[in-house]
Amino acid sequence: MSQIWELIVGVCYSLFRGDWKMSDIVNQIYLIGVRSQLVVIVTGAFTGLVLVAQTYFQFHKFGMDTMTLAVNSVAMCSELGPVLAALMVSGRVGAAMAAELGTMKVSEQIDALRTLNTHPVDYLVLPRIVATTIAMPVLVCEAIAVGILAGYFLGVYILGIDPVYSWANMVNITSVDNVITGVIKGIFFGCLISFIGCYKGLSCKNGAQGVGEATTDTVVSASIAVLMLNFFLTLILSKIFAVL
Amino acid sequence: MIQVKGLYKSFGNQHVLRGVDMQIQAGEAAIIIGRSGGGKSVLLKHLTGLICPDKGEIKINGIDIVGMQERELLKIRREMAVMFQGAALFDSMTVGENVGFYLQREGKKTAAEIAKAVESTLELVDLRGVENKWPSDLSGGMKKRVGLARAIIHNPSIVFYDEPTAGLDPVVSDSIDKLIKRICEVKKVTTVVITHDMRTTRTVGERVFMLSEGQIYLTLTPDELFASKDPKVYQFVNGISEGDDII
Repeated sequence: MSQIWELIVGVCYSLFRGDWKMSDIVNQIYLIGVRSQLVVIVTGAFTGLVLVAQTYFQFHKFGMDTMTLAVNSVAMCSELGPVLAALMVSGRVGAAMAAELGTMKVSEQIDALRTLNTHPVDYLVLPRIVATTIAMPVLVCEAIAVGILAGYFLGVYILGIDPVYSWANMVNITSVDNVITGVIKGIFFGCLISFIGCYKGLSCKNGAQGVGEATTDTVVSASIAVLMLNFFLTLILSKIFAVL
Repeated sequence: MIQVKGLYKSFGNQHVLRGVDMQIQAGEAAIIIGRSGGGKSVLLKHLTGLICPDKGEIKINGIDIVGMQERELLKIRREMAVMFQGAALFDSMTVGENVGFYLQREGKKTAAEIAKAVESTLELVDLRGVENKWPSDLSGGMKKRVGLARAIIHNPSIVFYDEPTAGLDPVVSDSIDKLIKRICEVKKVTTVVITHDMRTTRTVGERVFMLSEGQIYLTLTPDELFASKDPKVYQFVNGISEGDDII
């Protein structure tokens, strides 16, 4: 636990007083954000499609077809978009971070960094955390947009739902709060996933086996942490938006 | 100058260093010898501030580094360079990027100046035209040379070598030994070599510290070491495994 606090303090110090470089952050945004787009887009699209299909099958029994896209839109914005994008990113990015930093740790590359007048937090950890925290909300927005579009395509062009009423219901029921909730969740999830990936990588031991364990631990821990944090964020953000 | 007083370090129940005392003068080429697993690399990591001791004092150029925060240590490490046993090259970077890493991070030189410095430092370690190769494309000896070039590009005053000839054939080992000697003379640096290679000890060393049972057992010149009749020294120098395991 003390190591976790030490890393949190180290990251905070590095953010304000550290010797980090913008070029490292931009490079990480490319690696994390740009190269995660395909998996996030595919996940968002199929989530939207299956949600619209299932909702339609049930709503159709009660003649509520035109509410189908509204349900998809709200669910994608505030829950499914951010959570599924985060789970995909924790599998792709979190695991990669743990593996990369873990390999560097066991092959003395991190010690080498330290002897080359470079603080590992400044060079390895902070750019990854900042980049993921920036990239994640963008990825969430993409997942939401693609999920809604894919659902709209399925609902209107294949299932034959009335587009005008569906669109009107979707716009009426989906509030800006739903979108903001998704974006805020994305920020927290990005920070959480990258922190877990970096922590597991830096605390890696026992050679190749240790790297494997760190990678697996990262995916499991980050996935569970995302699901748990999502619950608490849902409660907190709903309270905040209710007051506002 | 490096001064070590009463250095203790344990990992669990394993007492690796049990009161190491030593002093290495500026510009000196010191060799630390001892059995495998005897704590040589742990001692080197203490000298470079990579590990904090349980007890003791380590002064680098008069500054006690024990208990220093990592960021304070970074300033002290500007005067140091370390060549790691496995070279520890950054495998996501080319040779040129590895060697120029320090200068690039420092941000005081232009890309052209860094490229020139990389070229001249690689020439110093007898490597040419390898800037665009990847560490995975290099042989063990070349990796060590690149590791050394990366370490010395910023002109440190102390260079530490951790088992510089481990895993290399005798010919490459000899070339590495001569390279260490040359860098010691050309750059006028304090050199600390951790090894159990007797040829390196003879070629590079001016003074030899023998680490045994977590302490400096003897300090001698290489000539004294090879002429010594002390049972521990004799057994180690001649690689005799028979009899009592006395080292």
